[in-house]
Amino acid sequence: MNIESVLRSLLVAAFIGLIEWLCRTHVIPPMVLIPPSQMLMHLLSLVSTGQYSQDILFSFGNIVVSAFVAIISGFFIGLAVHSMPRFRAALEPLLASYYAVPTFIFYPVFIVVFGVGHGSIIAIAVLLAIVAMITATLTGLDRIPNVLRKSAAVMRMSRLQTAWRIQLPAALPYLFGGVKLAVAYSFIGVIASEFILSGSGIGYAIAFAYNNFESDNMYALMLLVLISVTLINAALNFFDRRLQARRQR
Amino acid sequence: MTFALKGGAVETLRVAVESRTPHVTLSQVTRSFKKASTREMFAALGPIDLTLNKGEFFSVVGPSGCGKSTLMDVLSGLARPTSGQVMFEGKVISSVPDGVGVVFQEDASFPWLTVRDNIAFGLRRSGVDGPEVERRVAYALGFMGLRDFAGAYPAQLSGGMRQRVCIARTLVMQPRLILMDEPFGALDQQTRLLMGDELLRLWRETNATVLLITHALDEAAMLSDRVGVMSSRPGLFIDLVETGWERDRDSRVVSTPRFGEINARLWDKLRVETMKVMGAQH
Repeated sequence: MNIESVLRSLLVAAFIGLIEWLCRTHVIPPMVLIPPSQMLMHLLSLVSTGQYSQDILFSFGNIVVSAFVAIISGFFIGLAVHSMPRFRAALEPLLASYYAVPTFIFYPVFIVVFGVGHGSIIAIAVLLAIVAMITATLTGLDRIPNVLRKSAAVMRMSRLQTAWRIQLPAALPYLFGGVKLAVAYSFIGVIASEFILSGSGIGYAIAFAYNNFESDNMYALMLLVLISVTLINAALNFFDRRLQARRQR
Repeated sequence: MTFALKGGAVETLRVAVESRTPHVTLSQVTRSFKKASTREMFAALGPIDLTLNKGEFFSVVGPSGCGKSTLMDVLSGLARPTSGQVMFEGKVISSVPDGVGVVFQEDASFPWLTVRDNIAFGLRRSGVDGPEVERRVAYALGFMGLRDFAGAYPAQLSGGMRQRVCIARTLVMQPRLILMDEPFGALDQQTRLLMGDELLRLWRETNATVLLITHALDEAAMLSDRVGVMSSRPGLFIDLVETGWERDRDSRVVSTPRFGEINARLWDKLRVETMKVMGAQH
């Protein structure tokens, strides 16, 4: 662990410590925020009793499906768009301004099309995540040095072999950047959609707890989301660093 | 052997290698591109007539932008000529033919593979059996001075070492025609001379035909049987210099009076063309 990581960990620990102290001394009233240690203890008890197991499985199932759909379809759409330069030129300004559009405004449409439940939640999450993957695929393909394509041609590789053995590994660091974003957006899309589009899931459970003044449950579930996102992001960053370390010149 | 002189005149030269087997033949080859700004066509190369004989070491020198790399793309089958034809081993080529190896000017090492796997990449793809792959890779690692870096990734190597990986990757395939575009550009002078010796040794051992594109006149003069001097755009051969070196030669030829004469002749021709290019830029 380098000095920056230690400092970062200390900073987070100090912030948590400060919140803990403010809550324990009632500077922040218990109705507003409970101490982080209490959140953690309550989360452990929720996990051990299995009270929210169905909601957790529901949300994580949706996140996995939407991330998978966004990554795979985003990659292939990126490939297709890259092979059509004129179409790409027309599409690129739209992609660039895509995240200016609040995707959630389309939720009534998705409810009409998919109904309340998995379908509409996954649709919104995919809609949110897919463009990050398309953009990363386009960037990755753009950054492949032309000399690598020439090398493949000299080795008399077919288009498919070139794509699989040369272009894919060459573009992998950029694609992985897209995967990281797609997972993050899927997480946001699913949890946020569950607030408004679902009768189950972590997002729904947080909203339910909030509406019924169940602060312990609400904060414990929020902590669960934070811990999950941090762990997933740390794992993806670990693989990303390993990928980049081999290539940085 | 014939080659086109700038201005349209065609001169036929009798050369000592005339009796050898033609390996690569370019007949009236041209290559034109469309200007991005005006969409007008401009001639980058030719028309060129050139024959490389089997087992010959031929170098091409010329001012920047004269079409040397375009010539290599056309020769390797990476680009099609706008007109004319290129024949390799008696067959007209339309794509990269079997038996051709290319070393590019840019770093073409695969950053996701170790040095060993980079060198073995083409061999494994071609279905060469494991022990033979190991044998050839071990030999290449040795002669390229990369043995201690076999497990390293290209990112961990200097530019010169990465280029050596690319040269090794090409040579282990034992191509019958080796095309090299400024392969030693990233190397220091001493390493260039030594790499030149290694290249000559490999050339003798494999009897491959070599076409080397270089900016370095001394490199061309030292390594080649013949040196073609190209004009500024559109690239044409304006002179063809026979070095007269023995096949069994090495970098020590640089200390002979003949080397100075060859260098002087090459520079004499190239100086005029380079000045034309510089004049066009001012």
